[in-house]
Amino acid sequence: MFTGLLTTIVFLPIAAGAVIALVARTDQQVRWGSIAVSVVTFALSIFAFGSYYADPGGVQFIDRFENWIPIAGFESQYLLGIDGLSAPLILLTGLLGAVAAWASWRIEYRVREYYFWLLALISSVMGVFASLDLLLFFVFFEFELIPMFMLISIWGTGRAQYSAMKFVLFTLFGGAFLLVAVLGIYLSTGTFQMVAIPAEAGQMIEGIPERIAGTALIAPAAMFFAFFLVAFAVKLPLWPLHNWLPDAHTDAPTAVSVLLAGVLLKMAGYGLLRINVGFFQETQGFTIHDTAGILAALAAVSTLYGAIVTIRQTDMKRLIAFSSISHMGFVVLGVSAIAGTSGAAAGGLNGAAMQMFTHGTITGLAFLVVGLVYDRAHTRYIPHLGGLWKKMPAIGVFFLLAGFASLGLPGTSGFVSEIMVFLGTFKVWSYATGFAAFGVVLAAGYILWMVQRTFFGPAPAEGGMSKEVYEDLEDASRLDMVPVVALGVAILVVGIWPQVLTNVFEIGIEATIR
Amino acid sequence: MINETSIWLILALPVASFAILSVLRPVIGPQSRYAGWLTIAAVAGSFVLSVLALASVMTDGTVHFPSRDWISVAGFTLTYGLMLDPLTAIMLVTVSGVSLLVQFYSQAYIHGDRSYTRYFIFMSLFTASMLGLVTARNLVQLFVFWELVGISSYLLVGFWMDRPSAAAAAKKAFIMTRFADFGFLLGILYLYTQNPAWLDIPSLYDAVTAGAVAVTAATWISLGFFMGAAGKSAQFPLHSWLPDAMEGPTPVSALIHSATMVTAGVFLVARFFPLFEASDAMMVVAIIGGFTAVFAASMGLVANDIKRVLAYSTVSQLGYMMFALGVGGYVPAMFHLFTHAWFKAGLFLASGSVNHASGTFNMRYMGGLRKYMPWTYWCMVICGLSLVGLFPLSGFWSKDEVLAHALGVHTGVGNAVLALGLLAALLTAFYTFRMIFMTFHGEYRGGAEAEEEDLRKAGEPVPPGQGHTHLAESPWIMVAPIAIMAVMAVGAGFFSNPPVDVGINAKHGFGEFLTHNDAVFHTPEAAEHAGAEPHFKWSIAIGSTVLALAGIGLAYAMYGLRRISAESVGRRLSIIHRVLFRKYYVDELYEDQFVRGVFYRGLVRSLGWVDRNWMDNANVQLSMWTSRFGRGLALAQNGQTQTYVLVMALGAVVAVAAILIWV
Repeated sequence: MFTGLLTTIVFLPIAAGAVIALVARTDQQVRWGSIAVSVVTFALSIFAFGSYYADPGGVQFIDRFENWIPIAGFESQYLLGIDGLSAPLILLTGLLGAVAAWASWRIEYRVREYYFWLLALISSVMGVFASLDLLLFFVFFEFELIPMFMLISIWGTGRAQYSAMKFVLFTLFGGAFLLVAVLGIYLSTGTFQMVAIPAEAGQMIEGIPERIAGTALIAPAAMFFAFFLVAFAVKLPLWPLHNWLPDAHTDAPTAVSVLLAGVLLKMAGYGLLRINVGFFQETQGFTIHDTAGILAALAAVSTLYGAIVTIRQTDMKRLIAFSSISHMGFVVLGVSAIAGTSGAAAGGLNGAAMQMFTHGTITGLAFLVVGLVYDRAHTRYIPHLGGLWKKMPAIGVFFLLAGFASLGLPGTSGFVSEIMVFLGTFKVWSYATGFAAFGVVLAAGYILWMVQRTFFGPAPAEGGMSKEVYEDLEDASRLDMVPVVALGVAILVVGIWPQVLTNVFEIGIEATIR
Repeated sequence: MINETSIWLILALPVASFAILSVLRPVIGPQSRYAGWLTIAAVAGSFVLSVLALASVMTDGTVHFPSRDWISVAGFTLTYGLMLDPLTAIMLVTVSGVSLLVQFYSQAYIHGDRSYTRYFIFMSLFTASMLGLVTARNLVQLFVFWELVGISSYLLVGFWMDRPSAAAAAKKAFIMTRFADFGFLLGILYLYTQNPAWLDIPSLYDAVTAGAVAVTAATWISLGFFMGAAGKSAQFPLHSWLPDAMEGPTPVSALIHSATMVTAGVFLVARFFPLFEASDAMMVVAIIGGFTAVFAASMGLVANDIKRVLAYSTVSQLGYMMFALGVGGYVPAMFHLFTHAWFKAGLFLASGSVNHASGTFNMRYMGGLRKYMPWTYWCMVICGLSLVGLFPLSGFWSKDEVLAHALGVHTGVGNAVLALGLLAALLTAFYTFRMIFMTFHGEYRGGAEAEEEDLRKAGEPVPPGQGHTHLAESPWIMVAPIAIMAVMAVGAGFFSNPPVDVGINAKHGFGEFLTHNDAVFHTPEAAEHAGAEPHFKWSIAIGSTVLALAGIGLAYAMYGLRRISAESVGRRLSIIHRVLFRKYYVDELYEDQFVRGVFYRGLVRSLGWVDRNWMDNANVQLSMWTSRFGRGLALAQNGQTQTYVLVMALGAVVAVAAILIWV
């Protein structure tokens, strides 16, 4: 089976990126050529999602080479495909990829390389969401480190080298566990295939979840579960493995922060749902139900701890980065509802999936807008700012929108995912959910306090931003506003009409809960 | 019978005005006159449809329109839909009616502001959200609009966002109500765990009627809901945001912070009245309400800012409504909500008119304005008398019903809140007429210019937004809405719920209408119990009138005739005066002690420190030790043959020694 759509989505960015880097004559050609590629990828992802939405069910757009590594007895396949869980995430990656490429048009330094790495990054994330072979998944999951390291350390600000290295070390630490677990699962089940897929004759080819049920693994299932969990907890990030994130986000260039927060963290949430939930429900000796309480507790700690530490931050970008720790806690909280009845689990898991998408767009927008502020004010230090609304009302409107969505305001997508997670999980883990829900109050605190100190109020006082800089501040140009508006629209559409996503996620989640 | 589309239109019209203005703002500019007219047109449309909806409920009774799916995944569904019952109908008319008048008034009041368009965008959003709140038939849907009115309030309080005080007040209002909404949210979550179907409000009514909701569950859920309601309706101890919210433009205070949004808490309790009645939480509602009525009124006694006096008055009156609900007085509470909306909005609009003339809100720099603005003066007196509860104005009827109901239930709590209500009536009369005398009587004391001079002398900053003295009556487009409010302040009480049959309305028309709702009041006794046919009690009427007159008389003596010097009274009772003036130090307690002290300095800073110095440092240390360990090992492979030979020789010696020893 080979439809080619997903292969195109996955490899078009990096291939076109390489071609552009080699043939383009001027930086301008590189810039707009790469943006065009990212937009085409986005369009393809819309097509993939749209087709799935129109005719939902099962695994679609399968690209499969059975023996792409021709070693006898080695069952790895080249297997791409999307189901209800990955289709919206492909769409998210397409959207944020285009947004990130567009928002980078002001980059002047080593443009050729920059855009190549950016497109390579998009490719690798697409690969993670499209792969249905565990080994392939692992390869893409780890490959993303290379462009990311380059992008942060070369085009970053502040302690870029330190942050890039920290990011790599943390992720490799998790990656080591991931590799062991991947191999262990393969040796136990004899397949890398992550879900059942239809074969040519119409019957299904079993994947790991079917084979793993009730069989003895080569090591305790709890160990594999824990290894996967560690790998994903680093990336998510879950307390106490979160410390790489504020540094990496703060020092990365704007567009890279957008991708990092918007889609890279989602690889972990996706892995959690696809692997930790998908594989470990009927394993021998240990299932995810045994540990859901711990997940709920960790999620509550992550949410509250993240929110409280966020309040302390004085750098706008760092503040948003810390808030991600709090918000990604909701993903884990939703996952922990797996221990409940089918209704509760459906609410919690769908909420977790929704939270991934909504956090991607919301935090993406927040980073984008902070980037615009930083480009103009040349500082992100909150005490030095103030009265920005007067100078940049258009940026202000979208900053407020991102802030409102981040604090879970109804009408924005943030509310949808939070209420789903809370309603789903409360019955199963009342205390953890109750505590985590308080994170929403704290979110109102840090968001509105930041808004008050940066956009509201009079011009910065003595000691803050200089008067000349303040007077010369300009609002965003039309070109700057394109990606901003795109994300704003996404936030509102999902907030008002959540079924556009839930109808698709539901199919993936339903197949995941056995 | 009105159809569903018309009800949707009631909220869709202001939503459309919000959306159109938001999208077109870059085109039509920040000061477009279209903004005002479009908003007025939309709200007028909503008002007309609301009146039709009211008429429809009067003739054809309650309708619960069908629910639709908002989110639907296997095993987990959230729905939305509309319900039109008497409670909704009354709220619809009140909200859209007051909003319409306020939009007219705003045309003039906000005229010339550089963010004229933005003002009407926010006003449209607010009106839409409030109308959505009162028509919601699903609890999550209701919560959606509940939060949206909160954010509209945030945006409007912070409308003049470049003023630090406005920015701070907006944040305070939102965070405090959000904190309260945390309770509301937990209530919703708990209700959901009892039975997901109960999110649908009519289904919840049925469940309560059938006795399917356990008392413990009902109590916890009700307490959660009441926490949200107390936040929105500024009940003690979550009241302190409302006086600060007066930083918003005055029409906003009139519409949002007196007539409509702050009554949403009362509405919420009324909406879930059967649930509250089935719980043990009613006593809490009554006591908090009764206490707030007196507590807030006492702070109004000494405030010098005319809008703050009105803000305390609002909190106090909301306390009346709450305790009325707490003693089972569904009808008196809603009746008071209805009459209060008009006369309090009138008072606020009049205070804006006063500000238009004097340039300040500080009553110490007003005085004698009666001559310059007779219309404003008389309207304010009428609305003020209505607030005081003097016969035959609307406030008299509703307040007396509230008090009579408290007396009629014959319980300890009922008597306690009755006493509190009577005390609050005395205080209300005093602060209201203190305000009127200070503003309109005596000598003119210089207005904004005099205030600025005094501030400059004292070395204090002049607050931004200070206007200029312009001693004349306000333009008709401001006065007309006030006059209409004053007319309502006269007639809205007697004619909507008359104690005898009058031509246009039957005896107890309001009460009969409101309780003619089988879903909430399934037996005539229940309706009776909720105050459908209030018994006029001479003792209450006379008692409260005497108290009101006493309060007015005292105010007249102190601020009208100046027989009693307010200064000397203040000096003699200086401790009380200071405690009241500093609002019982609640702001200091919350902001300095709780938020800045315990929360920020204690928790946030120490956790931030832990994150940096322990959590993050652990990683750094780990990587450093790894690197050191590697360097240590690397010493063993330094490439020098001598070292290798030496190590080899030593190893051989050790090996031989070991063999010799153990063999």
